[in-house]
Amino acid sequence: MASHDAHAAAGAHAVHHDPNIGTTGLDNRKVGMWIFLGSDCMFFGSLIGTYLSYKGKSVGGPGPHDVFNIPLTSESAAVLLLSSLTMVLALAALEKSDHKWTGRWLLATALLGAHFVGNQVYEFYTFAVHDGLRLSTNLFGSTFFTLTGFHGAHVTGGVIWLMGLWWQLKRGRLNKSDYTKVEIAGLYWHFVDIVWIAIFTIIYLIP
Amino acid sequence: MTKPASRLAPSLLLLGVIALSAGCGAVGWDWDTKMTTVIPKSDFGRMTHDIFMLISWWTLGIFILVEAGLVYACWRFRDRPGAPIPKQVHGHTILEVSWTIAFAAILVIFAVPTVRVIFKTQEAPAATDLRVDVVGRQWWWEFRYPGQGVVTANEAHIPVGQTVAFHLHGPDVIHSFWVPQLGGKRDVVPGRVNRVTLTPEVPGEYIGQCAEYCGMSHANMRFRVIVHAKGDWEQWVAAQKAPPVDPKEELAQKGKEIFSQSACMGCHTIAGTSAGILGPNLTHFGSRKTFGGASMMSTPENLAKWVENPGHMKPGVLMPNLGMREEQSKALAAYLLSLK
Amino acid sequence: MATHAAFMPGIKKEVAYTGVWSWITTVDHKRIGILYGVTAFIFFVMGGIEALIMRAQLARPDSNLVSAQTFNELFTMHGTTMVFLAIMPLSAAFFNFMIPLQIGARDVAFPRLNALSYWIFLCGGLFINSSFLFAAAPDGGWFGYATLTTRQFSPGHSIDFWMLGLQILGIASMLAGFNFIVTIVNMRAPGMTLMRMPVFIWMSLVVQFLVVLAFPAITVALILLMFDRFFGTLFFAPAAGADPLLWQHLFWIFGHPEVYILILPAMGIVSEVLPTFARKPLFGAPVVIYSGIMIGFFGFGVWSHHMFSVGMGPVADAAFSIATMLIAVPTGVKILNWISTLWGGSIRFTCALLFSLGFIAMFTMGGLSGVMHASPPVDLQQTDTYFVVAHFHYVLFGGSIFGLFSGFYYWWPKMTGRLLDERLGKVHFWLMMLGFNMTFFPQHYLGLIGMPRRIYTYAGDLGWNFWNMVSSIGAFIIALSILMFIVNVFKTRRSGQVAGPDPWDARTLEWAIPSPPPIYNFAAIPTVHGRDELWLQKHGDGHGGAPTPRPATPTAQEIAAIHMPPPSYWPILLALALTFMLSGLLISTYQIIAGGLLVLYCMFKFALEYHRSAQETH
Repeated sequence: MASHDAHAAAGAHAVHHDPNIGTTGLDNRKVGMWIFLGSDCMFFGSLIGTYLSYKGKSVGGPGPHDVFNIPLTSESAAVLLLSSLTMVLALAALEKSDHKWTGRWLLATALLGAHFVGNQVYEFYTFAVHDGLRLSTNLFGSTFFTLTGFHGAHVTGGVIWLMGLWWQLKRGRLNKSDYTKVEIAGLYWHFVDIVWIAIFTIIYLIP
Repeated sequence: MTKPASRLAPSLLLLGVIALSAGCGAVGWDWDTKMTTVIPKSDFGRMTHDIFMLISWWTLGIFILVEAGLVYACWRFRDRPGAPIPKQVHGHTILEVSWTIAFAAILVIFAVPTVRVIFKTQEAPAATDLRVDVVGRQWWWEFRYPGQGVVTANEAHIPVGQTVAFHLHGPDVIHSFWVPQLGGKRDVVPGRVNRVTLTPEVPGEYIGQCAEYCGMSHANMRFRVIVHAKGDWEQWVAAQKAPPVDPKEELAQKGKEIFSQSACMGCHTIAGTSAGILGPNLTHFGSRKTFGGASMMSTPENLAKWVENPGHMKPGVLMPNLGMREEQSKALAAYLLSLK
Repeated sequence: MATHAAFMPGIKKEVAYTGVWSWITTVDHKRIGILYGVTAFIFFVMGGIEALIMRAQLARPDSNLVSAQTFNELFTMHGTTMVFLAIMPLSAAFFNFMIPLQIGARDVAFPRLNALSYWIFLCGGLFINSSFLFAAAPDGGWFGYATLTTRQFSPGHSIDFWMLGLQILGIASMLAGFNFIVTIVNMRAPGMTLMRMPVFIWMSLVVQFLVVLAFPAITVALILLMFDRFFGTLFFAPAAGADPLLWQHLFWIFGHPEVYILILPAMGIVSEVLPTFARKPLFGAPVVIYSGIMIGFFGFGVWSHHMFSVGMGPVADAAFSIATMLIAVPTGVKILNWISTLWGGSIRFTCALLFSLGFIAMFTMGGLSGVMHASPPVDLQQTDTYFVVAHFHYVLFGGSIFGLFSGFYYWWPKMTGRLLDERLGKVHFWLMMLGFNMTFFPQHYLGLIGMPRRIYTYAGDLGWNFWNMVSSIGAFIIALSILMFIVNVFKTRRSGQVAGPDPWDARTLEWAIPSPPPIYNFAAIPTVHGRDELWLQKHGDGHGGAPTPRPATPTAQEIAAIHMPPPSYWPILLALALTFMLSGLLISTYQIIAGGLLVLYCMFKFALEYHRSAQETH
């Protein structure tokens, strides 16, 4: 009896039993991703805290409202929000084993993300070359570029991840049984989106 | 596994070690030393010390109770051959709640005077406070008296019974201003001004030391605070404000000549002769007992060695080696010592 | 012995279990635990030698045994080594070996990620110590305050080695944190509810949460410092309006949880050892568990008690003081729980128990001096003096190290199959008690009579001479005691008494399997009926209930059907690529770019290692 119970749990091999599902009924990788995102919250929290503690303390140099292009950044926010939607659609398509649309939605998400990064590169370039705002110009430059730069790096990492998934799908190596793998990419992507909402509000919108 | 007799021995040994240490404590530990924190000489020091003693007595009591309980439990409940499995007690809620509340209550006893003294010692300065601006730099201390127009280094003089507000700031790294006998420390943080306010109660000479690691010669960044008896401090101020005395003795006159022609002038101020601000003000150097961040006594030998090769005596020192020859160094030393 | 591969069916490989290559590619949590233990112990000895040189210098006033620069490097590296390269990975050795065993699992959630954590740790430890070879050992103190650590006041590469080394080590710790949280949350044996987990598992869980939530703060602090030093940002430039205290806030937001990361594993170990050798359950186990959780949670709210001297103002001082006193309550009452565990028991004085007793005695002292520090006026006389040095050595050495040694003596037979020699172990214990107290007790006095910390020498007329000498002699006695332990380890490797599965008549699941355990740990995953499941099986609950049924002996067929993950070389390769990329900051941008591409490549290979090929359907 005892060993029969044991068979149902983690570690032992049984046909049709997913060894990734654990005591909580959740997949290990999903639990892991949630914990990672909690940690990443603290990371961005520390960077946002740094930005806020130095807000208004710059000595000379351009300030936020001398340089911000709110229309452009609003478009970026919309693009990223849209990409979260396409991510959800990709997962839904995968659930139905509709590989054609899974691929299209995944690609759309990645491209929207790439567009976001492109906007950001353009924004950084404009600040540096036209507004004379760089990392070393003043506290605003230091905190702004560091915070948004790390967010952009997170988006870039996500784009690479999504392209990797898309490529696997194209080679016939991704299907419904890999749902969790795509789901955790989605969790990461939504997190990156939410962080942008926070940054956009705190840094760009609040005077 | 272990024999009966040897089980008792360790507990006794432990007790013996503790007793021995306590005994040593009573005998071999002198508390009245030059940088002691437990014989306070100011109001700030006294208020601190009172809380320290309060906490110390309680923690000593807790320590004795807990350690005795541990030793007793080990002795009384040691394994005996053939003993049955002991009763599997999982806990006792009332006991656990009680000792939690008791411990919390003891902490309240500490918290109340703590909060009171925090606020008392950080009250806003009064107009009657004597203001001393303290500039902490790698690795020496500058003291400026804005009300009296005096600038000196490494040795601060204050009058007994007068509330003094030390305003702390600095241009390089974080240091910490600490005179143990007069009270707790406060950091020098670049970009802000911190304040220590205290009223010295006993005249004397007190040793201070930088208490925040600040680089190579942190260990050599010392200073002194001289607390004058009533009436004497004004004399010191007057002497500091007076122009420097012309050297009478020949070696010292030679030293003045060398000084006036060398790079010393770029960093040091001697009123009427030079106006450098990177190094300590030397106008009344001879009135000070120590130099080099109060880490060396002002003797002709020490000073001559210092002038000739400062880096040799104080690692990392920012004062450069100016390539002075031995006789030049001796002359300069004589000159500096003449600046009473 | 099952040598088949993977949780992924269909992949078969022949696997070797001996030789260097088997250790380099291992993903077995038990082997990884041993790797952590051996590596950490070597670093511990290095940190100890650094301490011995410092104590030799400080034995006499105005000494010039070592230069000021060397001394400053020594105290920086001693602190950094002991915190990040000794205590944390020694704890990790036990997390790795014991967590799956105590929860009835076959391995951790992500075995290759586990191996990756170890290799990154090793690379980080080697990287930061390689600074000695380049005459650029870090010299900014183990907490590296700005503005001293900015490029202006620390030109040269010392601080760069420190900063990059810590970033590398931080990645290792965080990856392990994710792994262990998922393992504990999601891989427990059936019947093991959270409150039935051993207390060591609970403490480990709290520690891992602290790691994943606190390390980001120091990561950010180090990034800000790196950007100031390399890209000209102004995070710690007062002239540009910046506040050097930002560093301290970020560092201590990490740093205070870090000290709980350092002590909770030892508390977990003691909570296992005492019940075993007193033959009674842990007194008030739920309370001990809840207090561990509370400490973890409130530990994020007390960080500025490390900053009472910086001038935060009376309100902040008072708030952090009260918070610190509050957190002393759950920390302190645990001691009474442990003593109550002994009370009424039948105590066997093995070496494991002696070290746990030493822990209780010494941690009590360290905790009480900590209560003094909680009062800012008192703390202003004690912080940055030898009094606080005494305090933290009592909790970190008297606490953590004694607790870890207790774990070594306790779990050594499980890990190696042989018992350590009890007589040599007792010599180790008593020498260490003597040496430790001789070294650190007088330092309370030295601090109270004004001796600041981090000074390479001192004047001879301040009354510090005698007890500095005593303290230094004590340090060498500690070294002698460690030597006893090393002798014990080598002596018992071949000729130590064979242990069998349960030499101590213990209480938890790891003692139900052979010593050392087979690679799959449990032939059949056990079902758990309560805390101390093994004790329930052997002796019943002591309140009249019959012993719970022992699990049935598994068949050879069942054992052969167990699939364990095969070894992999991607963890070590990815760790090397990561180190190569990050160290490029000190060498050239091309190295960073090349390293980055290499890291990406290794990450993809790692992720896809067991992904099926296109032909397979599922």
